Amino acid sequence: MAKIKMPKGNPSLDMTPMVDLAFLLVTFFMLTASSRVSEPVVVDTPSSISDKLLPENVMLISIDEKGRAFYNINNSDVRQQTLEKMGEQYKINFTDKEKKRFAGMTSFGVPIAQLKEYINMDDPHRMLVKSAGIPHDSLHNELGDWIQFGRVEAAKQAKVQKEKAESLGREFKYEPLRFAIKADSKTNYIAVKDIITVFTDKDIYRFNLITDLEQGEVKK
Amino acid sequence: MAEVNTDGGGGGGKHDKKRAKKASTKIDMTPMVDLAFLLLTFFVLTSTFSKPKTMEINFPAKPEDKKDETKVNNALTFLMTKDDGIYYYYGEFYIAGNAKGVPPTQLIKTNYSATGLHKLLLDKNKPTNDAIKSLEDRLKKREIVDTTYKRLVNKEKGTKEALTVLVKADEKAIYKNVIDLIDELNICNIGKYAIVDMGAKELELLNVANQK
Repeated sequence: MAKIKMPKGNPSLDMTPMVDLAFLLVTFFMLTASSRVSEPVVVDTPSSISDKLLPENVMLISIDEKGRAFYNINNSDVRQQTLEKMGEQYKINFTDKEKKRFAGMTSFGVPIAQLKEYINMDDPHRMLVKSAGIPHDSLHNELGDWIQFGRVEAAKQAKVQKEKAESLGREFKYEPLRFAIKADSKTNYIAVKDIITVFTDKDIYRFNLITDLEQGEVKK
Repeated sequence: MAEVNTDGGGGGGKHDKKRAKKASTKIDMTPMVDLAFLLLTFFVLTSTFSKPKTMEINFPAKPEDKKDETKVNNALTFLMTKDDGIYYYYGEFYIAGNAKGVPPTQLIKTNYSATGLHKLLLDKNKPTNDAIKSLEDRLKKREIVDTTYKRLVNKEKGTKEALTVLVKADEKAIYKNVIDLIDELNICNIGKYAIVDMGAKELELLNVANQK
């Protein structure tokens, strides 16, 4: 019987194209990705047909199913300064280290009295904390103060940036701070209304309500 | 990696000419590929592509005096309550036994489906929708440009004859109901709507309707 001659090939194959592709994808994802931020609560937003995107410069109040309020502001410098001002207001001294840590955090929902402790926790511990939500009743309107200070600091920040850009002779594109509300579908509307009242008391009437894009058939 | 010694015992190797070892020009790329794919997986899993979508809405400023609440000509008022319940009435609100002698307002039940709310809004807002439709046709025929179209649509939505919708929710209504309704209003080209507080009389009537 004739022996079948196996071709004596090299078992290793040229991986260069694959590596090229892999690195291309890595680069692509690195550049396009905005990393997913972990929030202390899961908020399942209702859906709508609106396809407007959320603006960059935004103050976000999340409201979970039970009506607890969580506060977040995108710009980390503004966050830090807001904390400073809140500390002055409530006579709580935050160290520089705590301020730095706070600047890097995401949304939080603890009263200001517990905030110091909350900031000093390790990240894994912090995720397990049961947040009480930021108080916003008429007696302890901490949320109102957060909103007010955040707004003032954001305006200051914009001014600083504008001056900086003008001194360098560049054009400054001002993007006003927007107020976004991200509430759970099952939240009682009255809880959302309470938060909106906090805003309207500060003469803020325009909101971005965060929704999912509606799936399924288009009604005609 | 372990290499097999193929020297054959090393006998008589003393007089061999020292030859420069022919090094392979290929490098082992496996670790690099491992790393590349690890990074790739990491970025794929942690990245979010879609930015959240938002719905822009203006809330009415606090009214200076509360008396002008019901002075709306062409108004449709929705009352939302528990278990996705939704009622509406058209025009002004009249309590039973009012001075004008008008029959008291009756709440009509509807639902969030295409045959309920959607149909109702389209019917009530027919003149505006027809006007927008004709504008759309003109846009398709290239009689008007895109920006003009948008301007005209907004103008049409804001006319005095266009339907005004008042949205009122009680304590048991959920946020989803409110968003669904506003969404429906947007779909039906209703430009004038506001989320306002419910009056005490309306709440009473709603509670009665709820118990049925």
